[in-house]
Amino acid sequence: MSPAAAANRVNDFAIKIASVNGTGSASANGLLMKSIFRSGVPVVGKNYFPSNIQGMPTWYEIRVTRDGHRARATNVDIVVALNAETYARDVQEVTSGGYFVYDSTWPRSALLQRDDITVLGVPLARLCNENFQGVRTRILMKNICYAGVLAALCNIDLDIMRGLLAETYAKKPQLVDSNMKAIQLGYDYAQQNFQCPLPLHIEKMDATRGHIVIDGNTAAGLGCVYAGATVGAWYPITPSTSLMDAYKAFSEKLRVDPKSGRKNFIMVQAEDELASIGMVIGASWNGARAFTATSGPGISLMQEFLGLAYYTEIPAVVFDVQRVGPSTGMPTRTQQCDLRSTAYASHGDTRHVCLYPADPEECFHMARTAFDLAERLQTPVFVLSDLDIGMNDWMCKEFQWDDSYKPDRGKVLNAEQLEKIEKFWRYYDHDGDGIPQRTLPGVHPKGAFFTRGSGHNQYGGYTEDSKDYQIVLDRLRKKSVTASKLVPPALVEQDPRNTLSIVSLGSCDGAVREALARLRAQGVHVNYMRVRGFPFGEEVEAFMNAHQINFVVEQNRDAQLRALLTLETGVQKSVMRSILHYNGMPISANYIVDGVMAVVQDKQRPAAQLVR
Amino acid sequence: MTFMVKPKVRHPDLPKNELGLTRRDYEAANSTLCAGCGHDSITAAIIEACWANSLAPQNVVKLSGIGCSSKTTAYFVGGAHGFNSVHGRMPSVATGANAANRNLHYIGVSGDGDSLSIGLGQFCHAIRRNLNMVYMLENNGVYGLTKGQFSASADLGSILKKGDVNNQPPIDPVQLAITLGAGFVARSFSGDKAQLVPLIRAAMHHKGFALIDVLSPCVTFNDHEGSTRSYTYSREHYEEAVHADFVAPAREISVAYKEGESLPVTLHDGSQVVLHKVDNSYDPTDRSAALARLVERQKQHEYLTGLLYIDPEQQEFHELSGTPDTALNQLPYELLNPGAAALSKVLSRYR
Repeated sequence: MSPAAAANRVNDFAIKIASVNGTGSASANGLLMKSIFRSGVPVVGKNYFPSNIQGMPTWYEIRVTRDGHRARATNVDIVVALNAETYARDVQEVTSGGYFVYDSTWPRSALLQRDDITVLGVPLARLCNENFQGVRTRILMKNICYAGVLAALCNIDLDIMRGLLAETYAKKPQLVDSNMKAIQLGYDYAQQNFQCPLPLHIEKMDATRGHIVIDGNTAAGLGCVYAGATVGAWYPITPSTSLMDAYKAFSEKLRVDPKSGRKNFIMVQAEDELASIGMVIGASWNGARAFTATSGPGISLMQEFLGLAYYTEIPAVVFDVQRVGPSTGMPTRTQQCDLRSTAYASHGDTRHVCLYPADPEECFHMARTAFDLAERLQTPVFVLSDLDIGMNDWMCKEFQWDDSYKPDRGKVLNAEQLEKIEKFWRYYDHDGDGIPQRTLPGVHPKGAFFTRGSGHNQYGGYTEDSKDYQIVLDRLRKKSVTASKLVPPALVEQDPRNTLSIVSLGSCDGAVREALARLRAQGVHVNYMRVRGFPFGEEVEAFMNAHQINFVVEQNRDAQLRALLTLETGVQKSVMRSILHYNGMPISANYIVDGVMAVVQDKQRPAAQLVR
Repeated sequence: MTFMVKPKVRHPDLPKNELGLTRRDYEAANSTLCAGCGHDSITAAIIEACWANSLAPQNVVKLSGIGCSSKTTAYFVGGAHGFNSVHGRMPSVATGANAANRNLHYIGVSGDGDSLSIGLGQFCHAIRRNLNMVYMLENNGVYGLTKGQFSASADLGSILKKGDVNNQPPIDPVQLAITLGAGFVARSFSGDKAQLVPLIRAAMHHKGFALIDVLSPCVTFNDHEGSTRSYTYSREHYEEAVHADFVAPAREISVAYKEGESLPVTLHDGSQVVLHKVDNSYDPTDRSAALARLVERQKQHEYLTGLLYIDPEQQEFHELSGTPDTALNQLPYELLNPGAAALSKVLSRYR
């Protein structure tokens, strides 16, 4: 590597650690990532893990990105191989000119036949066997020792590491010492045997100030606490479980009355997803902010109840942390494959409000938006996160909370209001926005009404009359139009001279932004719209109609976003081109650049038409 | 705030409860069930019990699933909120509603189809959570609304109107509930108001899940010869083990009980259920003995009725969850939101 090329890679490279799950490498990986972050250098962490508890291969990817990109790395520069079973594929992962670090306690020269990379053998097992007692300890220490090796190779500050360990093990200081001892062993070995640091290394920056590193599920769980949710009902399912865990942990910290020890929240682990959505509906019907978290299979199970909530107009907040389908699919891999199954969930004419957060920061804030919209519109609201957002560590701006925020509880009539009115009509549209008034049990005798999934008229009575039925159904449609004006609008970055655009949503955002920058560097200027809510606002169609080609970038096979855009807007199919990524890994910028360039460079089409 | 109930045209001498309400005030829409349906008698018993217990109508919450029995929530306490949910899923809706506001009276109405087939799971888990509610299971052995198929409670050898014979063993909700740890388990018959009304009144005062399985003949699809749920069969094979009298709190117990035959059980709010042992050898506080007797009577094709098991000491759903006495839906937002300063503190570990 030439000095110029080497300098070019400072704070801009990717490390991938291949290990076996259940052996403690997760803490070392988190430690490494956080140490780089604390050095002021932007970083991205992606965990590729099996649907298994112990003994299967797992990978963790740390992208060091001085430019603050947020997508996964396209190339891996340093592989740390701790799992002999996957050496063969791991060695292939290293980009040319990169490094392969492995445990040389058992040399594997025959396997490592690549002359375009540098192989660095570190006898991790031997070092730990010589310095630690007990089988379990030796394994755990081997899986922290490599953090020391990387610290030496990549110039990561050991003091920062020590500081982080002290925070993690504040209550078990002896663990700080043993972990640091293992780190030091690896660090010293690398210093003594290799040219440290490598050209790919860390130099301190000041680009992470005001930021945090957090996963989307933790952020969403915290968002629910701040939104004032008091009832959480769920059935465990990967990758959503940690959202409820976070809500519970934060609530136990922030929502327990210090005097009485009573909990100002309730969590119910339901018997299945049918029950969890039933509980959310029952609690919301009774005036609590209630929510559930699930993934695709759970959404399938909730269909009947979702239709009931839509038709009887009951708020409900559902976090769908999407994973690879169909069926059980690949539960620990990411996809955006529930766009259709949520938008039109259940039988009959239903349309639901959906929010599409792009990162943990939006998960935090959209939790509040979801409850406000659910209560304002009296309808289920989905927050469609995915495994990539939900379970991976993202660098985000530190969340801010506005203490002047007041929850929007919607048109709920209180006792005074009920006292004044002659008669309460549950499904009557008084002001033309399609949203009726509601009442809660126990408030006033005049508020009583009968909630039923069977045909009802606008006064709340049972009906089988065609006209009365249709009045309610048409009003629900009107309510959907109101919803399209209340959901967060699409974010648009538009230069009127550009004829190309990318339309995308959710976790594609990081990769799209990086792709836009790269395309720009090649002279291809592309506008961008990120859809954030469904039903789509008017801005969506207007933006797309202003372009000759809209690349619709999404992470599923069947172009579900494009399908929704086709159904819900007047945009011609001919101006949409799909860029689809659905192998379970998060989409990368390269994939999008390639997809755009394939069209731009298409010989059949005069390039001048597309590129300014 | 006090609520004035609008006067209706009624006989001035109609008896009034503690709230000054008559039985009429606890009625609601007219039943659309078949004439003679057992469910209508149960509705009447619920009205009687709500009136006698002086429940404020707006503090009653009526929940049901789907089926003939589930329709009946529209026929009592018109001044209460009602929720006719989806088939077999009433317990989850009741759980959520109760989670949001523990201080209302929850009456669930379900049937054998709703609770023992499609909703068996939710039924069981509501019991496990010890949800504080009265659960009326109006049990007729058939699917009425879909015109007379066997339900999961149909007895072995029972014959359908069209001649089909049931050869699958029944699910007995009473045995099931006792097995799952329910603290108030009763069985009655829609035709025995004297037994049913005190049971419902006591169930409303029981803290926790109270099941009343009510044999309720379906006059249209299961009241023929060969049916084991007809009026005739039920009356002939109906054996009361324990008769329960309900005594409201702070009322003098005026009935004299013979030693060994009557057992007053005090409920958490000070009210009492006084159990008259029709069968002297039956002990409704002994779970395993109760189960053994139920199994034995079932073999002899007898329906053991009355308050069959009671344990007033169990902790209910909210006690187990550690929630405050104030309903969660009444907590002010200021109490629920930790605020910006706390957020900054919480986020420090992510910096």
